Amino acid sequence: MTITVLYFAWVRERIGLPRETVETEAATVADLVAELCTGEERYAAAFADLSALRVALDQELSDFDAPLEGVREVAFFPPMTGG
Amino acid sequence: MRIVVQEAPFDFGAEAQDFASGHTDMGAIVTFTGVVRDIAGDRLDRMVIEHYPGMTEKALEGIAEEAVSRWNLGDVLVIHRYGDLRPGDMIMMVATAAPHRKDAFEAAEYLMDYLKSRAPFWKQEFTSDGGKWVAAKDEDEDALSRW
Repeated sequence: MTITVLYFAWVRERIGLPRETVETEAATVADLVAELCTGEERYAAAFADLSALRVALDQELSDFDAPLEGVREVAFFPPMTGG
Repeated sequence: MRIVVQEAPFDFGAEAQDFASGHTDMGAIVTFTGVVRDIAGDRLDRMVIEHYPGMTEKALEGIAEEAVSRWNLGDVLVIHRYGDLRPGDMIMMVATAAPHRKDAFEAAEYLMDYLKSRAPFWKQEFTSDGGKWVAAKDEDEDALSRW
């Protein structure tokens, strides 16, 4: 399946791009992260501490155990600082 | 209910006046405005707010709808800016209208608590040392548990 992956704030800076399209068969978010981390070193640096990250699936907050089936957009970012 | 996410400044006075007008059954209007604050030690040159277009609007609408379902409210307004801001600039505002003040105050606090840690905005502060992402505070996350 084809998934759009978005990165925000320091996750975007560490990975070096705001979005990319990924072809994957990953079953869960954690599987997708593991797959990305087999690529260039910058991915492992960005995903080193998952407790410092949040994930949204199709623009809804979710978690790393969540299944990816049917998901079109995955976003990774640090805890939000609005207001 | 009105949710606005914009880069441009907003006119707080005009927004508050507009929001407070035209109700005959709302006895209480509460407004809150967040302002870019200089940081201790090093002078803040500017703040840049990044957001997640699409999810931001959905998240704010969800938070506002939840407030409407929990309190007796006549209207809710949320305006949140993104992009480049300077110390003293207004970042955001919320306004609530209710028949009585308790609902208006509590709902405004609820909106603030939730949009601080559940709306996809990220602040970066720039000083003479360069840019630094503002870290989320544990107390902001803890603040959600009281609701």
